[in-house]
Amino acid sequence: MNKTIERLAPYIFGLIALGGWQGLVWALGVPPYVLPGPIAIAQAYLDGHAVLNQALLSTLSVTFVALGAATVLGVALAVAMAASPLFRAAIQPWAVILQVTPIVAIAPFIIIWVNQPFLALVVCAVIVAFFPILSNTAAGLASTPPELRDLFRLNGATRWQTLTLLSLPAALPSFLTGLRISGTLALVGAVVAEFVAGSGGFASGLAYRIIEASYRLEIPRMFAALVLLGLSGIVIYAALGWLETALLRRRDGA
Amino acid sequence: MFSLRSVAKTYPNATVALEGITADIAPGEFVALLGPSGCGKSTLLRLLAGLEAPSAGEIEWEHRPGPGDIGFVFQDATLLPWASAEENVYLPLRLRGVERAAAAPRVAAALSQVGLGEFAKAKPRGLSGGMKMRVSIARALVSDPMLLLMDEPFAALDEFTRHKLQDDLHALWRRSGKTVVFVTHSIYEAAYLANRILVLSPRPGRIAADLRPSIPEGTHRRTSAAYTDLVAEITGTFQRVMPGHE
Repeated sequence: MNKTIERLAPYIFGLIALGGWQGLVWALGVPPYVLPGPIAIAQAYLDGHAVLNQALLSTLSVTFVALGAATVLGVALAVAMAASPLFRAAIQPWAVILQVTPIVAIAPFIIIWVNQPFLALVVCAVIVAFFPILSNTAAGLASTPPELRDLFRLNGATRWQTLTLLSLPAALPSFLTGLRISGTLALVGAVVAEFVAGSGGFASGLAYRIIEASYRLEIPRMFAALVLLGLSGIVIYAALGWLETALLRRRDGA
Repeated sequence: MFSLRSVAKTYPNATVALEGITADIAPGEFVALLGPSGCGKSTLLRLLAGLEAPSAGEIEWEHRPGPGDIGFVFQDATLLPWASAEENVYLPLRLRGVERAAAAPRVAAALSQVGLGEFAKAKPRGLSGGMKMRVSIARALVSDPMLLLMDEPFAALDEFTRHKLQDDLHALWRRSGKTVVFVTHSIYEAAYLANRILVLSPRPGRIAADLRPSIPEGTHRRTSAAYTDLVAEITGTFQRVMPGHE
């Protein structure tokens, strides 16, 4: 009983908040171009769902392609860094610098340099998303129990065997944690890049729809696009979390 | 089997772990390396395994061990958590390029040798601490090593499980005739298991006593007068070599 209530709590709270919001808008007569109520937002979505869904698809394409590329790049760099201390020393500070420089500041350059618009957005999103995968995978590779390394040595294991049979499987839990963080970051990166690119002429994603709607003072539509973004983020985070649990339970389960 | 000639180990931070270790170990001996924590007994085991090199002296082998000639059992079971018991036991053979099909009977034999024949498919998460240690021992035995090195393998187990595993290990050693070097800080464990006890003094580790006990085999081994006398003798040795010990 208690557990059920606890599980339902966020939804109940959400409904109460939405109800309160709608109630206030009605009671105070707030005009929709200042603050639309949830009903007006839902209406705006239904009115423009073809455009908005198209935009959602565009943003999600960038996000998932970027997440895939970030995974390949992050894991490859982490493996190379684990294999060669020299490579690690050379690369690590630059990876950190890339990570701490705000993507909003880098994005304009990438939009200029990369001619293909879709690719430009993907590059921006990859820059934001790859770091958690890199650092988590690197940490996972480094956390292999030394006894198991000794065991591999005693049996004359090759570096390839040590990597594929020991280090990579041992790093899987850390990698999956990094992947979950990177999933939502890829979405953030895609949206930021769209904002920057949107003013440069290319546009089709949700971020562009938000800018467009704001120019037209279509505030409910802005909110509708925002809600889609928020929901996408939650779904990506939850799906990767589910994947993490399912994969590890399947692999390590008794 | 092998001879230690004035073996010493000094670490780069100037810690002297071992000094002047000299001993001849015959094939088939069960050697207990007994000493307090930090006396360098685990270091000596790593030197024997070739995982580290002595900084002075040398280890002379009758037959220099190659991959698979040494079975190592660590303090923790250190199994691959994602692999089943049989996959874990297969690992040393797999690393040396033995095909799965060819290895299967040896894996099954190793598992049944430690009494886990029915748990071949179980993942470590589903096994108790004692069972995980048994898998770890099977993994060390699967390549039929000439030398079994064990680094306090039972230290983390509860008393009852430990006694059972000691009984089984002792029986296994008697059956197989393998040479075993077993690191422990338990006087009782060394006295029960070994037919050769090297008592190491605190850091830097030196051989303080070299005992060759012979306790009668049988069910009353753990309660026999010979066993009690041996424990008393080792305890007396420690009282002489431990600083500040009364």
